[in-house]
Amino acid sequence: MSRSVFDGLKFRKVDSPIHNLDPRVKFVYVLGVFVAAIIYNEIIPLLLLFLMQIPFVLLAGVQKQWLRSLRGALFLAWFIFLTNILFRYIGAGYTFLPADIEFSIAVTIRFIVLVASFSVFFLTTSPDHLGLALEQSGVPYEFSFAFTTAVRFVPVLAEEATTIMDAQKARGLELEKGSFMKRIRNYVPVLIPLIVSAIRRSLELAEAMESRAWGATKKRTNLYELKLHKGDFALLIITFVIIALEIYVRLFVPIPPLSGAFLF
Amino acid sequence: MIEIENVYFKYQSGTEALRGITLTIKDGEFVAIMGQNGAGKTTLVKHFNGLLKPSAGKILIDNIQTTKSSIASLSKTVGFVFQNPDHQLFSETVEEEIAFALKNFGFNQETIEKQITWVLNLLSLNQYRKTSPFMLSGGERKRVALASVLAWDPKILVLDEPTIGQDHEQKEILRQFIVQLQAQGKTIVTVTHDVEFVAECNPRVILMREGKIVADGEGKEILTNAEAIAQSSIILPQIAQVFAKLGSLGLPKDVIDIYEAKDILLRAYGRPEE
Repeated sequence: MSRSVFDGLKFRKVDSPIHNLDPRVKFVYVLGVFVAAIIYNEIIPLLLLFLMQIPFVLLAGVQKQWLRSLRGALFLAWFIFLTNILFRYIGAGYTFLPADIEFSIAVTIRFIVLVASFSVFFLTTSPDHLGLALEQSGVPYEFSFAFTTAVRFVPVLAEEATTIMDAQKARGLELEKGSFMKRIRNYVPVLIPLIVSAIRRSLELAEAMESRAWGATKKRTNLYELKLHKGDFALLIITFVIIALEIYVRLFVPIPPLSGAFLF
Repeated sequence: MIEIENVYFKYQSGTEALRGITLTIKDGEFVAIMGQNGAGKTTLVKHFNGLLKPSAGKILIDNIQTTKSSIASLSKTVGFVFQNPDHQLFSETVEEEIAFALKNFGFNQETIEKQITWVLNLLSLNQYRKTSPFMLSGGERKRVALASVLAWDPKILVLDEPTIGQDHEQKEILRQFIVQLQAQGKTIVTVTHDVEFVAECNPRVILMREGKIVADGEGKEILTNAEAIAQSSIILPQIAQVFAKLGSLGLPKDVIDIYEAKDILLRAYGRPEE
């Protein structure tokens, strides 16, 4: 499960209209979707938000990886759905109310929308561009570097985690065996080597960077600079329209509950 | 006994790592699997304890098909020591590290104690029994990793790159240790790039290339076959290189053992006092 979520965040260099967009604009767009997902509790607008991601995914040609990351998030989605419905059920005095079921479905879709949009962002934005965007937005280089390094090391760590799991399975560890608590404890022999090796790796990285004069000059120059192009302005406009629309609908348009339509 | 019948394996990424492997490794054999990076060596041995299951074909370990058994139960027969000890060490003491697998396999406390003492002595790690594995040197950590697998006395032992990062003395200890295990009737399979180490051990050598076996035979025969091993991005062992270059003198070419080399040279150009 965990591997496929990481796969959904792994960037591959491809030439597509979405890949070539400015990361800053893409980020504003993702934030717009994020805000929309947060302010709605209803199924229809959340479903629309989800469907809105699909043209982006198709344009970028990353449908395979994108679907994989969604599949990876499925477990957590179920978890969110079940806990919501359980507590609503108890809260309503041990009865299933249509509105509660609808709400639980909506929060689950909200989670999927968030995974879907962030996944598109990370699948189509190289860590380098992301760092560049942060830097050009005035974030100190130390922080933007730390951020890009963290993003870059996610797939490396995921791969390492797989190797560690294999090594421990070869010593008879059965990750999926036992009660819920036991299963969580089963991951200790995986997490400790992973953390130790991440720390070791970061120390090595620091040494390697310092031996290549990291931080020698206060003012760094960049080989590439980000510039806004036509497509970027187009997406910016789309984003603002979406944000304006979502706020307008939220404030002035009542959204009928689905259950009113077919449950009663 | 390991029986591999026409095994194919494809990774999720689409890479076809094994393309029709057929191979039998008998009990008590010592086998070195060699070949360039990406030839499928590690992929192949990961099938032995079920970490990977073949996409097509089948693998039998002591007549049990790997697809019909769990990794844990196969691991009891096939001990797998990974290349990097840091990928498995996590306990507070060496003793607990070794006990981990034994507990997983459900041995009782008495047996666990006994096996820990036995394996620590075997690998001369006794003085580190209560030390944290993280405090040990690279070579010692590698030995702890080996001990943590040997502890349950598996019949088949797979060693992935056992000589990487080891100084010559450690390699020699390892070699003697392998000889000792072999004398006890264990099957040993090692994946390695270390030609000199293989030349010193002289096991059965299996050469892989692009997911296929390209040569299989006695170490002496394979490691002196310049053509076959160049194709697998391996270089002849130094002794074999010397004898290859001396070919025009009418000396044999299939020499990888240093003592054999000495004898041949003495016989040809003999100085009796040596």
